[in-house]
Amino acid sequence: MVRSHILVCGGTGCTSSNSPAIIQALNEQLEKSGLSEEVKVVRTGCFGLCALGPIMIVYPEGTFYSRVQVDDIPEIVEEHLLKGRIVTRLVYDETVKPSGEVASLDDTGFYKKQMRVALRNCGVIDPENINEYIAYDGYQALGKVLTQMTPEQVIEEIKASGLRGRGGAGFPTGTKWAFAAAQPKGQKYVCCNADEGDPGAFMDRSVLEGDPHAVLEAMAIAGYAIGADKGFIYVRAEYPIAVHRLEIAIKQARELGLLGNNIFGTDFSFDVELRLGAGAFVCGEETALMTSVEGNRGEPRPRPPFPAVKGLFGKPTVLNNVETYANIPRIILLGADWFRNIGTEKSPGTKVFALGGKITNTGLVEVPMGTTLREIVEEIGGGIPNGKKFKAAQTGGPSGGCIPAKHLDVPIDYENLSAIGSMMGSGGLIVMDEDSCMVDIARFFLEFTVDESCGKCTPCRIGTKRLLEMLDRIVEGKGKPGDIEKMEELCYYIKENALCGLGQTAPNPVLSTIRYFRDEYEAHIYQKTCPAKVCKSLLRYTILPEKCAGCTLCSRVCPVGAITGTVKNPHTINHDKCIKCGACMEKCRFGAIVKE
Amino acid sequence: MKSLEELMAIREKARQGMGIRNDKFEGTRVVVGMATCGIAAGARPVLQALVDEIAKEKLDVQVGQTGCIGICQYEPVVEVFEPGKEKVTYVKMTPEKAIRVVHKHLIGGEVVQEYTIGQARK
Repeated sequence: MVRSHILVCGGTGCTSSNSPAIIQALNEQLEKSGLSEEVKVVRTGCFGLCALGPIMIVYPEGTFYSRVQVDDIPEIVEEHLLKGRIVTRLVYDETVKPSGEVASLDDTGFYKKQMRVALRNCGVIDPENINEYIAYDGYQALGKVLTQMTPEQVIEEIKASGLRGRGGAGFPTGTKWAFAAAQPKGQKYVCCNADEGDPGAFMDRSVLEGDPHAVLEAMAIAGYAIGADKGFIYVRAEYPIAVHRLEIAIKQARELGLLGNNIFGTDFSFDVELRLGAGAFVCGEETALMTSVEGNRGEPRPRPPFPAVKGLFGKPTVLNNVETYANIPRIILLGADWFRNIGTEKSPGTKVFALGGKITNTGLVEVPMGTTLREIVEEIGGGIPNGKKFKAAQTGGPSGGCIPAKHLDVPIDYENLSAIGSMMGSGGLIVMDEDSCMVDIARFFLEFTVDESCGKCTPCRIGTKRLLEMLDRIVEGKGKPGDIEKMEELCYYIKENALCGLGQTAPNPVLSTIRYFRDEYEAHIYQKTCPAKVCKSLLRYTILPEKCAGCTLCSRVCPVGAITGTVKNPHTINHDKCIKCGACMEKCRFGAIVKE
Repeated sequence: MKSLEELMAIREKARQGMGIRNDKFEGTRVVVGMATCGIAAGARPVLQALVDEIAKEKLDVQVGQTGCIGICQYEPVVEVFEPGKEKVTYVKMTPEKAIRVVHKHLIGGEVVQEYTIGQARK
C-alpha cells in the first residue's frame, strides 16, 4: 500500500536539467530498497521554480528538494523514505525556518503572493493520468454544463465572470462566444491557440504539459456553448512534451467517453484534433493560425469578417488561448462571482507570467491581476542577482514594451499596461538590469519581427526592415541627428497600416524604449557611446599601465593577437585589430583592463 | 461517460490515496520511529501493517516516519497525534499490536493503555 508520493517535475525546464534520469534512478533505488510498493513516483508538470530545477516534492511531509542530482537519489531513498529523515542539504533553503523546522512551500517568498487558478494542477497531478485530473474535480464542469445548464447560461456565466483573453489582447471571452453562438446553426468550430511564440514565454507550454485535460474540458464547454462539435488545437511542433501529453490526454478522454459522441448521455458530441505548427511566429495571429490549420501557408487576412462569423473553413469559430481555456472549468464550478473577486474590476482573475532575464527566481508565476511589478520582481522573483539595479521590465514580447523603474508600482492589468506604453501580452516578462542597453533590446526584438514578418503587407515587410536598418546604424555608431524622429514617424506609419497584429505591434519595443530611454538613443547618436557598455562598435578595451603586472595572460587568450607587450611590462591593445570579445578582461587577475 | 454519477464514482476511487499530497493536513497523524534502532527492532513491518490497515479501513489518517527520539530500548515506537488531544506514545510495537491500535484507538477512539509507554515503565 502506498504511503508516500514523490512528485518530480517533468516540465520542459526540469526535463532539460535531467529529471527523466532522476525518475529512473528513483525507481531503481526504491526497487533495490524494497520500497516500490510503498512509495509512488509521479511525473508532474511545472512547479514554477525552474531556476532551482530539477525539483522534487516528497509527500506526506511536503518536503521540497531542489537541484537534485542522480547521485543524491540513494541518500534520499535511504534517509528520507526509509528512515524518515529529511535530507536537509537538498531542501530549498527558503522552506527552512531559522529554527531548522521545515516550513510549507506556500509560505516562501516565491509562492506566498501567487494564486494558482490556470496553473492549479501544474506540479500537482500526473498529466498523463486522467484519473488524477478527475480526482481534482476534472470534467465536473463539463458534466455540469451538459446536464444542468443551457448554452445561453454558459455564455452568461463566462460573460459575468469578466474573463478576458489571456493571449494578450484582452478581448472579453464571453462576448466572443456570444458572437459565434449567435450565428445560424450549422458546422462551427472551437480552436485553441497554443502557438506560443514570444521569446522567453512558456506559460501555455506549461499548462499543456502540466494539465492538458483542463484545455480539452474547456474546449468541449465552448463547443457546447456555441454549438460546435469539433475542436482543433494548434500547437507548436517545438513543444514535443506538450504535444505528447495532449495526444495521451485526447486518447484517455475518448476512452472514457469525455470526448466523442453523446457525452454524459446527452446529445452533445465533441472531438478534438491536434494541428502542429511549423514554427512561424505569425501563425499565433488568429486569422493566420486558421489559414494554417486549413493546410495553407500561414498568412493573415483582413478582419472583418471576424472568426466568430467566418473563421476556420469559412465557418463560425471561437479561438481562445490556452491560458484562457484553463480558467474556464474553474469559473463554471466555482461561479462568476468567485472569479470576479480575484484581481481588479476591469481585469478579473489571475495572470501567468514567465519570469526571465536578470532575475533570481527564473520561472513561472501566477498572480492576481492588480499585483504590482515590484511585487513580482522583488518578492516573488527574488530581486536582481549580483546586487545590480533594476532598469526595466519587458512585457508582451516583440509586441510589447519596456516598463521603467518609475512605473514599478503600477498595478498590472490590461488598461494600466497599455497606458504606460506596454501591453499585457501573453505573459513573457523579461527583467533587465543596468547592464542592458535599451537600444540593443529594441534592436533584438525588431530583428525578431523582421525575421518573422510573413511578407504579405508592405508596411510590415518593408517598414520593419527599414526600422531595423536605422537601429543597426545607431548601435554601430553611425546614427545621424534626426534618426530618432524619423524612426518615430515610421513606427506610427507601420502601426497604422499593417494588416495584422504582428505588424501593428512590431514597433512597440522601439517606441517604448524611445519614450523612456531617449537619453540612451541620444548618447548612441550624438556622443557615440553606449551607456550600458553593450554595443561593441562603441566600446574600447584599454589596459591601465599602472595596474598591469605584465603577466602576459591577456595576450595569450586574445584570439586575434591584438595585445602586445613583454613579460613584467605593461601590455597594450591594438584597437585596429581588437574584435571586442572581452576575453582579456575576463581573464585579467589585476583588474587592469577596462571597457569604456 | 454516461452520467455525472459515473464521473463522481471515478473521482471517489481516484481520490483514495491522493490525500497524501496535502501537507496542510490537519487530521490524525501516526508517526513511526524509523531510525536505525527502530528498524533493527522491527519498525518496518509495523509501518507496513499500519499503512495497510488504515488503507483497508479507508481512514483519513496520515502515516509518517520520524528519526530516533531517544528511547531506543522501547522501539519500535509509534506515536499518535490527534488534533486537540495529547500525544499517545505506543512502545515495543509489533504488526499485530499496530492493527489493534488502528481498530481500538483510531476507529474506536479508545487508547490501548497496555501498549503505552506509561504502562511499559511501570
